[in-house]
Amino acid sequence: MYLRLGWRNIWRNPRRTTVILIAIIIGVWSMIFLGALMRGMTDQMIRNGIATLTGHIQIHQRDYRNDPAVENSIEDPAPIEAALDERLPTGAHWSARIRVTATAANARYAGGVTLVGVDPQMEARVSFIGKAIKEGRYLREDDPFGIVVGRALAEKFETGLGKKLVLMTQDTEKNIASRAFRIVGIYRAEMEATEKQFVFVTLPAAREMLKLEKGISEISILLPGHEMVAATLASLRDAPPLSGCDVESWRNLLPLMRAYLEIYDSFIFLWYLVVFIAMAFGIVNTTLMAIFERIREFGLFKSLGMKPWWIIKEVMAESFFLLLLGILIGNILSFLSVFLLMNHGIDLTRFAAGSEFFGISRVIYPSVYGRDVLLANLVVFILGLVVSLYPALKAARFKPVEALAHV
Amino acid sequence: MASIDLKMAWRNVWRNPRRTMLTICAIAFACLLLVFMLSWQFGSYETMINSAVKIHTGHLQIQAEGYRDKNDIRLVVDDPAAIGRRLEALPRVDTYTFRADAFSLVSSKERTYGVLVIGIDPEREARTSTLSRSLQEGRYLEAGDADEALVGKLLAKNLRIVPGDELVLLGQGRDGSVAATVVRVKGIYASGQDDYDRSTIQIPLPYFQEVYAMGGSVHEVVVLGRTLKDVPVIKEAISEGLKSEDPESGLVVLDWMELMPGLVEAIQIDLYSGFIFYFLLIVVVAFSILNTFLMAILERKKEFGVIMAMGTTPGRLVRLLLLESSAMTLVGIFIGTLAGILVTWYYQVHGFHISGAADVLRQFGLPERIHPRLSAASILIGPAAVLIITGLTALYPALRVRRLRPVEAIAKG
Repeated sequence: MYLRLGWRNIWRNPRRTTVILIAIIIGVWSMIFLGALMRGMTDQMIRNGIATLTGHIQIHQRDYRNDPAVENSIEDPAPIEAALDERLPTGAHWSARIRVTATAANARYAGGVTLVGVDPQMEARVSFIGKAIKEGRYLREDDPFGIVVGRALAEKFETGLGKKLVLMTQDTEKNIASRAFRIVGIYRAEMEATEKQFVFVTLPAAREMLKLEKGISEISILLPGHEMVAATLASLRDAPPLSGCDVESWRNLLPLMRAYLEIYDSFIFLWYLVVFIAMAFGIVNTTLMAIFERIREFGLFKSLGMKPWWIIKEVMAESFFLLLLGILIGNILSFLSVFLLMNHGIDLTRFAAGSEFFGISRVIYPSVYGRDVLLANLVVFILGLVVSLYPALKAARFKPVEALAHV
Repeated sequence: MASIDLKMAWRNVWRNPRRTMLTICAIAFACLLLVFMLSWQFGSYETMINSAVKIHTGHLQIQAEGYRDKNDIRLVVDDPAAIGRRLEALPRVDTYTFRADAFSLVSSKERTYGVLVIGIDPEREARTSTLSRSLQEGRYLEAGDADEALVGKLLAKNLRIVPGDELVLLGQGRDGSVAATVVRVKGIYASGQDDYDRSTIQIPLPYFQEVYAMGGSVHEVVVLGRTLKDVPVIKEAISEGLKSEDPESGLVVLDWMELMPGLVEAIQIDLYSGFIFYFLLIVVVAFSILNTFLMAILERKKEFGVIMAMGTTPGRLVRLLLLESSAMTLVGIFIGTLAGILVTWYYQVHGFHISGAADVLRQFGLPERIHPRLSAASILIGPAAVLIITGLTALYPALRVRRLRPVEAIAKG
């Protein structure tokens, strides 16, 4: 009965109800929609980070991350690779790489790069490079002098397909090794910084240059989903061949990214609170108005024997419907806006240098997180009911005689 | 008449004190938040710009055209001394220094890395950048030093060196010759920006010029103005000077915005997205308080009917109602702005700590404790936006009054 009373009461003054509903709807919409945009931004940051060679999990020799030099290589990867094939979930891919800092030079320019020696087929399944070639071709198994570079690097060096690029780095004997490669492919990446940093050659070419026999610098693993990281990590750390290795998830390999995610988490929550406070004033005020208008009615109820508790329930039922309707419509609008942006996203190409500075993509697609939507709705709904207690208590405390005398 | 209207409006505002207080609180809340947030954003932008300017770029640089994109060692400023004399004649220039850069292989006993070797004038550099103050170990370069070097902290760690160790530099000189030398590590610096600390070493400029066959030339003349606001004036003065002296000099003047387009656009993204959030917040507040304005009118139809019947024109009634709503809005804005200023001022003095964000902030040149900074803009923009949007909100109910017919209004009440 309270529910029916409440529902009818809020429509006694449709204009007022509509106004406060609009406040709740815009509030809920801004929470969910802007939250989805922020999540979309961070999702893409993570995706870029993982695709830009990190993977979900990496395996290194114990000292490598602290001192990424060629001496700290995994000397014999074969037993580890066997353990990977045995323990990784289906759908997972891995790639073993040699990764060292090097100097790239041609006749005119010289600059620092990261030399990545890969197995072309396996690498293509793990990182961005498989789909990133824009000119020329990707590396082949048998490609002793082929090199793939980023477009920004090629532009800076004023070079192109078929041109020579000399790489210099320190080999395992601590001498400076150099090798001339020919550019066979040019790739594009989300970030210009990536295009300038990484150059790819085949594993055998890198080994020959560095005088490594079987060694590799790292193994990067891509899992079918984020949620499998923890279990896989635990299983790999238990594997005997990996006992001397450093096995880490992307969260620890990209500490800055993790810090970003935490900042965004708190920011999204703060935004929910702020928007809620803004609408709470309106909810309280509107409900107060509604009960003061009906002060005689409440007096009558009471003198007819209605308990204060029932009045509280009746007023709360009104807020319940207001909040429910606002949340419902707000959610529908949010999902509609997300849906509309799904295909094209928000294009930040105009601010390409700025998005690069923040490490975010040039186009942002919204991404809806169930827990954000739930949190937003709960904040509005529960706190909304809490603040409505004030007018409800007010109504319950009207003295029948005074209330009836009120004009 | 105006003063009677004012008095009436003020009294009407307080006929329902609870409702008025809630409305004022909503407005004040928005103002407080906006003043704080904008002071925060503007304050951190300024800190970001200043620290980037102080670590690398300076406010302005004079370079050979194309050097910024290509970093080609052959694109030089031939006569830096002449430019220095010109800069000294400009009163708004605070200080300037010369730099030259070359990419080289640097080897310690155990390790080799490719790094950017920067030639600096130790005394001028100390006045222009924060380098001399960011020294962590060892000592800073002095005027007479030759084969000594300062090394970035992360690079020193990678090279496994400490002050006193030797480094071999191997690169290419301006004339294409091999540039090779041995330097001794004198100090280790940490700018806080990982990329920079991982990939740079600094040696004295005269020694750089000798090793890399630069003659008397440099790559960058780095200029610091007295304040950020002086930059456009200085830029124009130098550009014109350069042009009038030698239109074919091939030199360009770049300001910090051209030197760091990423920083400028990042600030724009942050600012614009902030505005979207603030706008939506104000709209929610506006709808939250619209009912107050609306009710203040619908409740009093009978009263309006009476005063209209007594000869009050609809125009005056609208004015009266707008006075009421603007009185409420203004009180809210005043309280909120004042509270915002006080809160912001507190954090401006004591700093605001974001736990766990230190590493991220450092990469943007921001300290762990952020100090929001009050300015005319940060104080005024937010409340002005609130005033405009709530003003528009109040307009709708006030204008509805014009449709009121006295007889019906009194009868219906």
